[in-house]
Amino acid sequence: MHWESWSAFWAMGGYGLYVWGSYGALFLFIFVEIISLLRGQTETLKRLKRMRNWEEE
Amino acid sequence: MSFSIYKYASPMTFYGLAGRLVPWFAWGSALLTVLGLYIAFFMAPTDFQQGEAYRIIFIHVPAAWMSMFIYMVMAFWSAVGLAWNTRLSFMMSRALAPTGAVFAFLSLLTGSLWGKPMWGAWWVWDARLTSSLILFFLYVGIMALWSAIDDHRRGDKAGALLILVGAINVPIIYFSVKWWNTLHQGASISLMKAPSMAAIMLSGMLVLAIAAWFYSIAVAFVRVRGIILERERQTEWVKELLEKN
Repeated sequence: MHWESWSAFWAMGGYGLYVWGSYGALFLFIFVEIISLLRGQTETLKRLKRMRNWEEE
Repeated sequence: MSFSIYKYASPMTFYGLAGRLVPWFAWGSALLTVLGLYIAFFMAPTDFQQGEAYRIIFIHVPAAWMSMFIYMVMAFWSAVGLAWNTRLSFMMSRALAPTGAVFAFLSLLTGSLWGKPMWGAWWVWDARLTSSLILFFLYVGIMALWSAIDDHRRGDKAGALLILVGAINVPIIYFSVKWWNTLHQGASISLMKAPSMAAIMLSGMLVLAIAAWFYSIAVAFVRVRGIILERERQTEWVKELLEKN
């Protein structure tokens, strides 16, 4: 552990914006991909069920 | 014989198998990400040349590797699909593309955020950066082509052709730092010689690379399950499955 304090950790030796910007962007994209994937999955199931019910009628 | 790997080439069997594997890869990826981030921020020392800014490498390199690797996997499945007309191959290729595009974009974005403090520029038109940008455009182009063709069998074939033609770009990205005089640094890791970086930095990068692999597999499996249901909706097993759920 080589950080003197939490503020030193967040400052990243003056490169905080670039380092945290990179990691922030990465996790934002991963988060958005997971959410849209899970929503897409439930929507596909719903839509297929609707189509199936409609075919049966 | 009761067990055969070929049976998993059937969408119905693969749907179940993929569903069982997703949690393992998802949790594996989450655990490796936590471990990798711990190494990246609390174990790896400050770089003597780049200070703390170098810590972007821990996500930049795995994202860039993943963007190239996913493309090669898509090219492989496209070749298999075109040669043997196997339905699942094309579905895998479609399931991987969005994740490949995300990683291609993230490699450009994190590279840009690293380039600004180190080179003084967000972007330069050097061979590595330009070929990586082309990779991102290829992903976008392939997905646009798929969504433009309604008949999915024709879309599959057209997409597979574009993927295979574009595959030439991947070795170009990989060797660009050797073939041309680039601002981008050379490879820190190669199969031929010992890595030119500290062991702890290397291990953090590799752990996050494996996390990215697991993530990609989990996400692609969830996506391919959706594609399988969509395409097999006229079959008995999907009808049964829809009734049960």
